[in-house]
Amino acid sequence: MTQSDSFRQEVRDWLEINCPESMRRPYRNETEACWGGRNCVFYSEDQKNWLERMVSKGWTVPTWPKEYGGAGLDREQAKILKEELRRINARPPLESFGISMLGPPLLKYGTEAQKQQHLPRIARGEIRWAQGYSEPNAGSDLASLQMRADDMGDHFIVNGSKVWTSYGDLADWMFCLVRTDFEAPKHKGISFVMFDMTNEGVSTRPIKLISGKSPFTETFLENTRVEKDQVIGEINDGWTIAKYLLSHEREMIAGSGISASGTLPVSQSAIKALGTENGILSNTMLRTDIARFEIDERCLELTIERARDEVKAGVSLGAAASMFKYYGTELNMRRYELLMSIGGHDALVWEGGHSRDGYMPKMWLRTKGNSIEGGTSEIQLNIVAKRILGLPG
Amino acid sequence: MSLVLNEEQVMLKDSARDFLQSRAPVSHLRELRDSGSTEGFSRELWSEMADMGWPAILVPEQHGGLEYGYTGMGILLEESGRTLTPSPLLSTALICTAAIVKAGSDNQCETILPAVAAGEHLLALACDESSQHAPACTATDAVKDGDVFRLNGRKTSVVDGHFADTFIVSARTNKGISLFLVPSSAKGIQVEAYPVLDTHFAANVQFDQVELGEKDLLGPLDGGQSILDYILDVGCVGVSAELLGLAQEAFERTIEYLKERKQFGVPIGSFQALQHRAAHLFGEIEMCKSLVIKALSTLDESTDSDAELVSLTKAKLSETAHLAATEAIQMHGGIGMTDEFDIGFFLKRCQILESLFGDNYFHFDRFARQRGY
Repeated sequence: MTQSDSFRQEVRDWLEINCPESMRRPYRNETEACWGGRNCVFYSEDQKNWLERMVSKGWTVPTWPKEYGGAGLDREQAKILKEELRRINARPPLESFGISMLGPPLLKYGTEAQKQQHLPRIARGEIRWAQGYSEPNAGSDLASLQMRADDMGDHFIVNGSKVWTSYGDLADWMFCLVRTDFEAPKHKGISFVMFDMTNEGVSTRPIKLISGKSPFTETFLENTRVEKDQVIGEINDGWTIAKYLLSHEREMIAGSGISASGTLPVSQSAIKALGTENGILSNTMLRTDIARFEIDERCLELTIERARDEVKAGVSLGAAASMFKYYGTELNMRRYELLMSIGGHDALVWEGGHSRDGYMPKMWLRTKGNSIEGGTSEIQLNIVAKRILGLPG
Repeated sequence: MSLVLNEEQVMLKDSARDFLQSRAPVSHLRELRDSGSTEGFSRELWSEMADMGWPAILVPEQHGGLEYGYTGMGILLEESGRTLTPSPLLSTALICTAAIVKAGSDNQCETILPAVAAGEHLLALACDESSQHAPACTATDAVKDGDVFRLNGRKTSVVDGHFADTFIVSARTNKGISLFLVPSSAKGIQVEAYPVLDTHFAANVQFDQVELGEKDLLGPLDGGQSILDYILDVGCVGVSAELLGLAQEAFERTIEYLKERKQFGVPIGSFQALQHRAAHLFGEIEMCKSLVIKALSTLDESTDSDAELVSLTKAKLSETAHLAATEAIQMHGGIGMTDEFDIGFFLKRCQILESLFGDNYFHFDRFARQRGY
């Protein structure tokens, strides 16, 4: 038995005992996802146990060093853990922007004190983080942001507003881009700061989307105090951190192109809704589009796997995060277009029990934001064209 | 299974690229065409490939081969896709060799494989019978008559059929499909060669009362369909590897052109309308790389083929290479339409490879069936 095989067995045995049955089923609705945080309410004992057990193994952040709450796994082991979790359709014990977005730049650029303060609490799901990037006048042109941080010696006083803060009303802390030099070229005067959202002067206002839901807020800062030891990297060099974080955010978003473990493949939904004749889906025109979609879904999955293998082998795809973000979000949008076609009239129902309160049309509408948030598809294509292909202009 | 090449495979890739770029670049194909070659490939080049062991890659060591596996063969095909180099690699060294290695008797292996490995014996798979690839509908039959079989039928679009020493022929027998190794010199065979649009040649092959013995059966009597399915899958993966090389080369040439060609006083590659299409195509080609390496290593690691993976690979590679070749012409503009410029060769070869062993629609259908819809 190789080392990998024995690790796999160990993981499998542990999961068998420790992953509760109810945590091996798809979410019935999005409120069943666990986001942690100070105000976290577990909807079941199983959910609480599942998080605590995974935290105790360091497996909410398997590749982070042990001293920061991780398990110190290498990439191969992390891949095995992921595969084993997927095999039993385990739910993620913790959804977290702290893990997927803030963690990587904190590990790379944070001071020891910052790491000690924040990483273990992220790993344990104790603090829920929000992202303060976009502003009303800084969308695709993010670096033109204007939130103002005035230097008061040992701290900053910050004023301005952010927009498209995911779950801003539920978050405990925010990582945020602010302008600290007003004379410098736009990329050179930005700093990356963190602050507690209970600090004085912070308020949020939900934004209602075309889906009828409000997963985002506007966030306002009025004379809010931010300590200087909560700046990651150098003052005025926040753009470096911002870009590094964005590449991780984009990789995370790309994952949405692959159907989450436990969800029904699109073709299975189609078989259920439309039926087959002689083993062939009844709607043969739709069948071709579904096949095309499922082929691309597999393509993305294999390419993410290949990218990981390449990192392991020391060859890197470079600005690949942009390609994955583009591909993954376009794919997720196609998925919901197909599901709407498959659902037919049923997919148009907005409220009521049998429609799961309009789950399908609301999800479909929500996906229209996928190619906008985290940098639009067009911005991703610009980045690929310039940074990977070296096209001019 | 890792989806990256190991060091040895990277070396093979580099040396294959060096050889093909220097000995058989796209101009080699043009010369073959302009010189009126009726074979569509260079025997001299093939013997150089044989000296490097290329036709020996799939052949077991005991029969004089290298036993280096499908991934190695895929690397060679990918590189020859870049240079559009015509050679018997696909038919002889990949598909027919795979068939003999998988199903051949000791005697068949001993007689044919060493000669294949040395580049001295060429083979062709004769399975299609109409304008559409439909391997499940074989009309050619081999009727038992005492000790012999009598083969009758007509095979179409036989790649390399005009120069093969031996055909692998699928035919209906008593209770199923059987495969036969048929020497092209046998009595009753008529080969009608014709050029196809990429300046390669193919052939229609007529079999009239061709007399065959038990010894000519490749694999069990009536048990040929599963072997045929397997080697067609092998062929699809090989074609996909070649399409990958073709797509990458067409794409890279196009990107270079976008940087050089100036209009309105600036490189046309500075226009977003073209940048976005190029970036999209880049992503599609990255997806294809993952499919090809996965499909090749899956063939290496198991004795059966994974039909779902093969069909999705062939379908995706066909579509992506087609996009790369057509975008290449559009982005080159008028010059891309000229015969003098090489980029058009990529579209021509692409069209052939797409239709070989089932086009994208054939494989969408097969993929969906594999997944139960």
